[in-house]
Formats: sequence, structure tokens, C-alpha cells
Amino acid sequence: MGRVAIIGVGQTPFVRAYPGSIRELAFDGFKDCMLDAQITTKDIDASIICSAPEYDKQRSPSGVFAEYLGLTPQPTFYVESLCSSSTTGVKLAYSLIKSGLHDVVTVLGFQKMSEISSKESQERMGRGTDIQWESPFGTMMPAYYAMFAKGHMQKYGTTLEDLANIRIKASTYGQINDKAVYKKPVTMEMLTDPENPMSGPVSSPLRVGDCCANADGCSCLILASEEKAKALSKKPVWIMGIGSASAPVNMAARDNFAGLEVADLASKQAYKMAGITPKNIDVAEVHDCFTIAELMAYEGLGFAKPGEGKDLINSKETYKEGSIPVNIDGGLLSKGHPIGATGGSQVRTIVLQLRGEMGDMQVKNPEVGLVHNIGGVGLYANVLIFGRS
Amino acid sequence: MPKPKQEVDDRFKKFGTVSFTAITKTNNFVGNLEQGKITGTKCKKCGLTFFPPRADCHQCFSSDMEWFEVSGTGKLRAYSKLKYGPIGFEDDLPYSIAVLDYGDYKVFGRIDKELADEEIQIGMDMKTVSNTLPNGQLNYIFQKA
Repeated sequence: MGRVAIIGVGQTPFVRAYPGSIRELAFDGFKDCMLDAQITTKDIDASIICSAPEYDKQRSPSGVFAEYLGLTPQPTFYVESLCSSSTTGVKLAYSLIKSGLHDVVTVLGFQKMSEISSKESQERMGRGTDIQWESPFGTMMPAYYAMFAKGHMQKYGTTLEDLANIRIKASTYGQINDKAVYKKPVTMEMLTDPENPMSGPVSSPLRVGDCCANADGCSCLILASEEKAKALSKKPVWIMGIGSASAPVNMAARDNFAGLEVADLASKQAYKMAGITPKNIDVAEVHDCFTIAELMAYEGLGFAKPGEGKDLINSKETYKEGSIPVNIDGGLLSKGHPIGATGGSQVRTIVLQLRGEMGDMQVKNPEVGLVHNIGGVGLYANVLIFGRS
Repeated sequence: MPKPKQEVDDRFKKFGTVSFTAITKTNNFVGNLEQGKITGTKCKKCGLTFFPPRADCHQCFSSDMEWFEVSGTGKLRAYSKLKYGPIGFEDDLPYSIAVLDYGDYKVFGRIDKELADEEIQIGMDMKTVSNTLPNGQLNYIFQKA
């Protein structure tokens, strides 16, 4: 059985409020991808639509999108795993192609978070956990990740300054990414000055500046079998490894409050399938929904030993010129986090990096790239490894 | 003769500031909470204990459970104080969510508002007690042991 390639990538700019409906948002992302892939809708055998539910009113968006994008009568279906929905879509597309059922599959992730207020959005996300036993206490994503930040600080002596350095790196690249929702610089002064809104507490110890930006956006990818990829594309990027895992939803069943076990498991599987080690990764996109999440990702992916993630950021090894560049597109913190579109956007960045097409954000000559995409509070994880050859 | 109206056991609507569940096979948890008891379940067949309580055992597939009371003290494993809350929880702010480790099981809940921030330390001994919220709903909170 042959390999599977990504032959097209696209995304809309991530914006505060998209001035159109969800099908129109999907069209913009799909069009960007189709212009990149240089194929026609007739070349696509199936579509997978990904988002987290309850942000817009459309039930079963796949049928609506398939019609609007000209993808009927080919089969289409919807998949969700919260913030990791679109990399779950990639895993399914890979499986459909590997099984021989389809040759060319598109994976479209979207979210229009601006359909509801920020408070409603926090409530929706809080219900991405255990609604019977946890949500009645008034939970939301920043509070859960804050528990892990506190756990990491307690266990390893990580500081708010270490976390601030993650945010500062994100803003370095968000400023030069025309797709980013947050293009402003972030400085240590902004995160430490009590008068500055960025230093305001959200859920201790996390500040406003430690949290990613809500956004509207769409990402789109086209996957193809080796035979079709060679026939249709001049610049395929190959999927080398896929790993994924789940964890107990209730925090009462978790043992580690200084790392996400799902990411550790998923990355081990992905490295094994690709036949490589963390040292072979030239560029990575990790799920920095909060600053602490990026720090835990360094450790979970094996870029640093547990507790030593802070040394990587403080020595700037995860900057563009460093030994393991991470989130050289602003990440979720600056590029923005339109839930269902995020994983696909991470894949797009890595594919463009491996094709040498990231412009000012281009890392020097990468051969192998990695995507780490988490759903919920370390509830789901997908780790994907891509190669140029 | 009109049929007698069947009583619906929706006691779980009372759990937490805002409950998102009305009917569950573990409704007795709320009944026990009303009597000041925090309870989990134990599988009568294989002995596995569960907190939060479950109606069904995933180890042996038995649904024959008995209640046990969360008693004694646990160690504070993780916590965070919220300055913003989701919709419906504004009046409770600020409040801290936390995980208490009892060894055989852990409990997720809130820390007592009366406990000063500087007194809260990871690893400290705490106990779980029932609590009536200002809106009349029930939950449980962690107090210094």
C-alpha cells in the first residue's frame, strides 16, 4: 500500500468576526486550498467537515458545505473532537485513502465563534468537559489549564516569566503573519505591569496574555494517495506518522497535573510509525491554547525533559533560528484559535514550511515537521509527522 | 379513569450552581447530599470504587452498585481561582476549582470561599463537605482539615 500526501493547503485569515455565514467562510478556506492544489472539485472523492458543535445553529454542516463548495454527489460527513477536530479529520482521510475506498479527500475545519458572546463561548467550552460532575461547579478552559500551570510551577519551579516568554515568542511571529488575528507585539512589561490589561488575572496563575484569542476561521487540506499525488501535484508533502489518544474526561481520574498524558502517548505512536525520534524534527506546530500548554508540549513531545521546557524557551531554542523552531506562525496565542479550523491551520503551516513557502516565517531548510493538536483539557490528542521526501 | 401522573426523579437538577443534567441513575447522590453526605459508588461484584459515582462498572459490566461515603481527608493536588466565569456563574465569582486526592479515588470540586488564598497550598490536607449555594442549589466544597 502506497503513502498518503497532502497536495493542497489553505486557510482564511483568522479574524475577530467573519462578515458572512458559515458556508461562505467555508468557501473562502476551500477556495484558498483549491488554488494551492490546482485541481478541480471533480478530482475530490469525499469531504470531511470538522468543527466543535454549538457555536452556530447549523446541524450537520457537511451537507450544506458539500453543496455550496460543489462537492456533491461525493460522500461527505462531519467529525468533531473539540479543538483537535480537523486533525481527527486528517486521520480519517488518511484511513479512507489507505483502505483504498477513496483516492483524494478534502478535510475542511471551520469555526465561527463570533456567532455567540465571549461568555457564552466560555460556557460552551466548559461543557467540553464533564457536564454531569464538573460543569455545575462553573468550569472553563482557562481554569483547567491554570490547574496544570500551577501543578507545573509546583513540581518544576516554572515561573510566570517563563510563561511570558512563550507569549512574547508567539507575538513575534503573529506580527508578521497576515493570517493572524492578533498582530500586536507583546512585551514582558505588558505582562508584568498591573495596569496593563494583558497582565489581568483570568484564572490564577494565568493572565489574559497567557490565553489564546477566540477567532473565526476556516482551514482546508487535500489528501491524496501516492499515485494520485504524483499525478496531480508537483509538491506533495508526505504523512510519515500519526498518533492519537484519549484521557479520562473528569480531572478526578487524572494522575499528572504537570503534563498531558494524551500528548505523550500520541507522540510516541507517531514517532514509532515514522521511525524517527524527537531529534529528527526540524519544525513543529504545537497546541498553545495557553502558554503553559506550549511548555507542556515541549516536554510531552520529547523536545525537552520533563521540567526543562522552560530552558528551551528562555534560551530561544524554539525561535525561528533555534534548534527546534515551534509555532513560527504565531500559534494559537497570536494567530488565533477558531476551534475546528486550528488543526488544519497547523498542518498548513508545516506543509508550507516543508515546501519552503513560509516567507518571513520560513525556517531554514526543514525536512521533517510535526503537528501537535489537543482537544479539550488534554482529552484528545493527535500528533502528526510530515516529511518532504 | 385518568392515569396517575408518573413521578419523574429529576433530583440532579439541584446539583451545582447550574446543573446540565436532570435525570441520571445516580440521582441518589443528590439525596445523600441533602443529608450532608458526599457519596461515591462501589461495584458489588468486583469491588471497584468510583468518584464521581457511576451506575455501571466498566471493569465487570455489573450495574449492581452500593454507595460509600467520602470521609476523612484528602490531599490537595491541583487548584485555580477563577476571576471570570462562564455564563450563569457570575454571582459566584471569584471561586476556586480543585482536585482532592483520597488515595483510592479523587474528588473534583470547589474550595471553601472562607479559606484565605495564602492558606491554600498544594499537598495540604482537606475534607469534603456539603454546601448550599446562595441560589438554593447544592454542591460540595473543600475545607481545611
